[in-house]
Amino acid sequence: MANKISDETIEYVGILAKLELSGQEKEDAKADMEKMLDYIDTLNELDTEGIEPMSHVFPVHNVFREDVVANGDGSADTLANAPLQKDQSFKVPKTIG
Amino acid sequence: MAKQYETVIGLEVHVELATKTKIFCSCSTEFGGAPNTHTCPVCTGMPGSLPVLNKQVVEYAMAIGLATNCDITKVCKFDRKNYFYPDNPQNYQISQLYLPIARNGYVEIEVGDTRKKVRIHEMHMEEDAGKLIHDEWDDTSLVDYNRSGVPLVEIVSEPDMRSADEVIAYLEKLRTIIQYLGASDCKLQEGSMRADVNLSVREAGTKEFGTRTEMKNLNSFKAIARAIEGERERQIELIEAGKAVVQETRRWDDNKESSHAMRSKEDAQDYRYFPEPDLVPIVISDEWIEKIRSRQPEFRDEKLQRYKKEFDIPQYDAEIITESKHMADIFEKTTAICGKPKKVSNWLMVETMRLLKEQGMEPEDIRFSPENLAKLIELTEAGTVNSSVAKEVFEQIFAKDVDPDQYVEEHGLKTVNDEGALEAVLEKVIADNPQAVADYRGGKEKALGALVGQTMKAMKGKANPGMVNQKLKEMLK
Amino acid sequence: MDITSLTAVELGKKIKAKEISVVDAVKASIAQIEKVEKDVHSFVTIDKEGALKRAEEVQKQIDAGILTGPLAGVPVAIKDNMCTRDMLTTCSSRILENFRPTFTSEAVLNLEKAGAVIIGKTNMDEFAMGSTTETSYYGATKNPWNLNHVPGGSSGGSCAAVAAEECPYALGSDTGGSIRQPSSFCGVVGIKPTYGTVSRYGLVAYGSSLDQIGPIAKDVTDCATILEAIASYDLKDSTSIARETYGFTSALKSDVKGMRIGIPRSYFGDGLDAEVREPILNAVKVLEEKGAIVEEFDLNLVKYAIPAYYVIASAEASSNLARFDGVKYGYRTEEYEGLHNMYKKTRSEGFGPEVKRRIMLGSFVLSSGYYDAYYLKALRTKALIKQEFDRAFEKYDVIIAPAAPTTAPEIGKSLSDPIKMYLGDIYTISVNLAGLPGITIPVGKDTKGLPVGMQIIGNCFEENKIIRAAYTFEQTKTYERPEIAKEAR
Repeated sequence: MANKISDETIEYVGILAKLELSGQEKEDAKADMEKMLDYIDTLNELDTEGIEPMSHVFPVHNVFREDVVANGDGSADTLANAPLQKDQSFKVPKTIG
Repeated sequence: MAKQYETVIGLEVHVELATKTKIFCSCSTEFGGAPNTHTCPVCTGMPGSLPVLNKQVVEYAMAIGLATNCDITKVCKFDRKNYFYPDNPQNYQISQLYLPIARNGYVEIEVGDTRKKVRIHEMHMEEDAGKLIHDEWDDTSLVDYNRSGVPLVEIVSEPDMRSADEVIAYLEKLRTIIQYLGASDCKLQEGSMRADVNLSVREAGTKEFGTRTEMKNLNSFKAIARAIEGERERQIELIEAGKAVVQETRRWDDNKESSHAMRSKEDAQDYRYFPEPDLVPIVISDEWIEKIRSRQPEFRDEKLQRYKKEFDIPQYDAEIITESKHMADIFEKTTAICGKPKKVSNWLMVETMRLLKEQGMEPEDIRFSPENLAKLIELTEAGTVNSSVAKEVFEQIFAKDVDPDQYVEEHGLKTVNDEGALEAVLEKVIADNPQAVADYRGGKEKALGALVGQTMKAMKGKANPGMVNQKLKEMLK
Repeated sequence: MDITSLTAVELGKKIKAKEISVVDAVKASIAQIEKVEKDVHSFVTIDKEGALKRAEEVQKQIDAGILTGPLAGVPVAIKDNMCTRDMLTTCSSRILENFRPTFTSEAVLNLEKAGAVIIGKTNMDEFAMGSTTETSYYGATKNPWNLNHVPGGSSGGSCAAVAAEECPYALGSDTGGSIRQPSSFCGVVGIKPTYGTVSRYGLVAYGSSLDQIGPIAKDVTDCATILEAIASYDLKDSTSIARETYGFTSALKSDVKGMRIGIPRSYFGDGLDAEVREPILNAVKVLEEKGAIVEEFDLNLVKYAIPAYYVIASAEASSNLARFDGVKYGYRTEEYEGLHNMYKKTRSEGFGPEVKRRIMLGSFVLSSGYYDAYYLKALRTKALIKQEFDRAFEKYDVIIAPAAPTTAPEIGKSLSDPIKMYLGDIYTISVNLAGLPGITIPVGKDTKGLPVGMQIIGNCFEENKIIRAAYTFEQTKTYERPEIAKEAR
């Protein structure tokens, strides 16, 4: 197994992804990720020198909107699914900016 | 001898663009409004919603890029910047990292007698975040997405500034350019222009940069100047104490005049940028660039020179008037109507500036129309109102943009030019003030002033002072 | 009359001819759902009252001559990752257990304009991540042909619902094979259109650059008709493409004379179960007899499609699924201390293991220091794969492939080894990377009686060629129904 994922890496990725893994989940995640990365490493067999990375398959460009207000008061819909709300706002744990 | 240190400063300036709608949806960008009223599925990150780019954002960004001598990126793209924060509804911000819309520009600044170039590294388009309000009552935070998705450009300078004065000159220069373009009102206090300061210090004469910190939450030019001074001192103290400056983001508290580090374990600053798959590239043709360039207004420096030449306005006055495009526009329009540039300039320089200062307003906030100022100038020139009445009327114009003709008429403020009426008042004034009359006749010219004053008072200021003077002299012969 | 045995277009005709009322059509579906749902479990949400109410409205509009299209009055099931206003849309995840969208996805709106009656929302792999519909928070869907087997995934609920005749047709979504593979496992027909053909507005994103919505039905005629209804150029989706024509039903012709069919050698090699290979090659022979020109060729980069796909899809998913955080909608954990703890607990409790696995992988491959090696490498691989298909389509009108290496596996046998599970997507994934259209049609059964599907892949914007090839083959056999659909009520 070429790729080795450390505890620190799993911890770090958990912070990035906002996921909290239990002890067993962490071990599984490490093993899974090592396997996946080994597999992904097969891409290195391919010579991609000089190949432009392709994010869109079709050469579509310049899709725009005109600057015209079309939306009205959206607060009712916006808050319709709020787990917690107050004063027409979403309520979250104290957050210091 | 104590070591000499040089401060090295680069700026990241965020400017809210003056579009009617948000960058990726058709919600209004209007300020105020009850929480979450200017929202829709797109700007609140609802599952299944997709962004569509506002063309005006691209055009404003291009205009700013061109005005700051940048190269416009012919094929530019949006990227996602991933981080979790409640004011960021998708937990990613659509921004530009790899192919920003403009690069490699500069603006020229002047501090004292020296001119220098501040280079612009790059400028990109992105979306603003929502607003978090701390709720004291139950110690939670409340999120309002009205500002979420308001278009921003971020202008990143090279580390070319060496003092707070240079930083402020740079910001003022940017602000003037952007205001002239009509691309933003650039108000620091209201947050439509925000500057983050990247600062490091190094021993004078060294070539290598020191470790820099980024300072956020700077809401005024004064705060920026204080923060620069404070951070410079802090870093020098660390270095002198043999400690290292840590590369970090710090938040300035202008009340305490100190800053603190914003980092926590949960904010790994690893934004995992990747190309935004929901938006397609922007391809900018030479024709499009030329179209935007052809719409560029006359900028401040050219305007200033022209005013001096065309209207014979002194340098100082021209500087004040052209500081804001709005003010300059009022000047030009009023002048076009009444044909009296010096009078117009005088009203703007004296009374307008006085009222702005008194009311804590900026030139951008001027709401009166050139038509009404021109009318007032014509009224004074024709002697229909005297200068003190004119000032009173101007205050009304400034406050409510009243029509001076109508206002003067309704309030009976016209100068009385009726000789019969004047003579009657003068006779009474002469009769009531024998001492002053005697003094004047005895050769004391000054005594005439007291009589004029008495007359003006009796006529409630509406007399034509020139006419009073002349008549009095005749009657006292 | 056995209403549920009809195809969507047949039912639409009878409704138009007033032989069947819309309410009766809906009632027939509901009756079948009530009968088989406990075994098959195709649905997350069944909207009986809403459907009956809507049926009456649609009937009125048909009677008034307002709705005249082929799908007017025909019931439909929608995969639960497409937003439907006021109707639960869970993506088969706990994190959206209570989510009622405030708008309807564009594809579903298009169907509603055509007079469709939504009967419910179908089960899927959580956030479309999976190939078996076992990763649903609401329990696995079973294969109507054999309840011990999976229906495939991620659109397993939609395919099972059509196969079990709980509804005449359904919408699915396909990011790496999620329409074509379960269609194969369930013996139904499914189309993954060219990327950009059906608006993604309202589709809860998994891999944004790969996701496409498509039809699932009992025959090619239905699929072409449905695709014609849902496809549109949508200004709300910047990746939507204005097609020259949306007339997919014009391709319903039994004619493959001179059609050049490419058979990729590597697709029919060791990895493929012989019981799948045989029926497909027999079907190819049928097309050859009908005048098609069949040729084997090499499609070399296929093995790189899976790793490239998992990098791209996981990276996009890690970002797309970041919005599920307990702030604006959906599940929020009961107890927490501070913001980050709330985020972590909400997401850890709200997402299932497969979703977490992909979010972790996606976050990792995008993280500082790995972006170039993984993400850009995958995008370059994607470019090469697209080039290879471009070359193939210079020579061939269509490419024929399996939809999966085996028939439907037994429940509980696939999830343990992710690589093995991901390898099952080998024949479908490169189609998504290259943005191509693909159709799966049933061509036979294995010895266990499980259906075998054949995939026909077309060049970009050439749905009509794959529809024509599929239709031509379909004319040579009759549609087979699983026992569960046939049992008398």
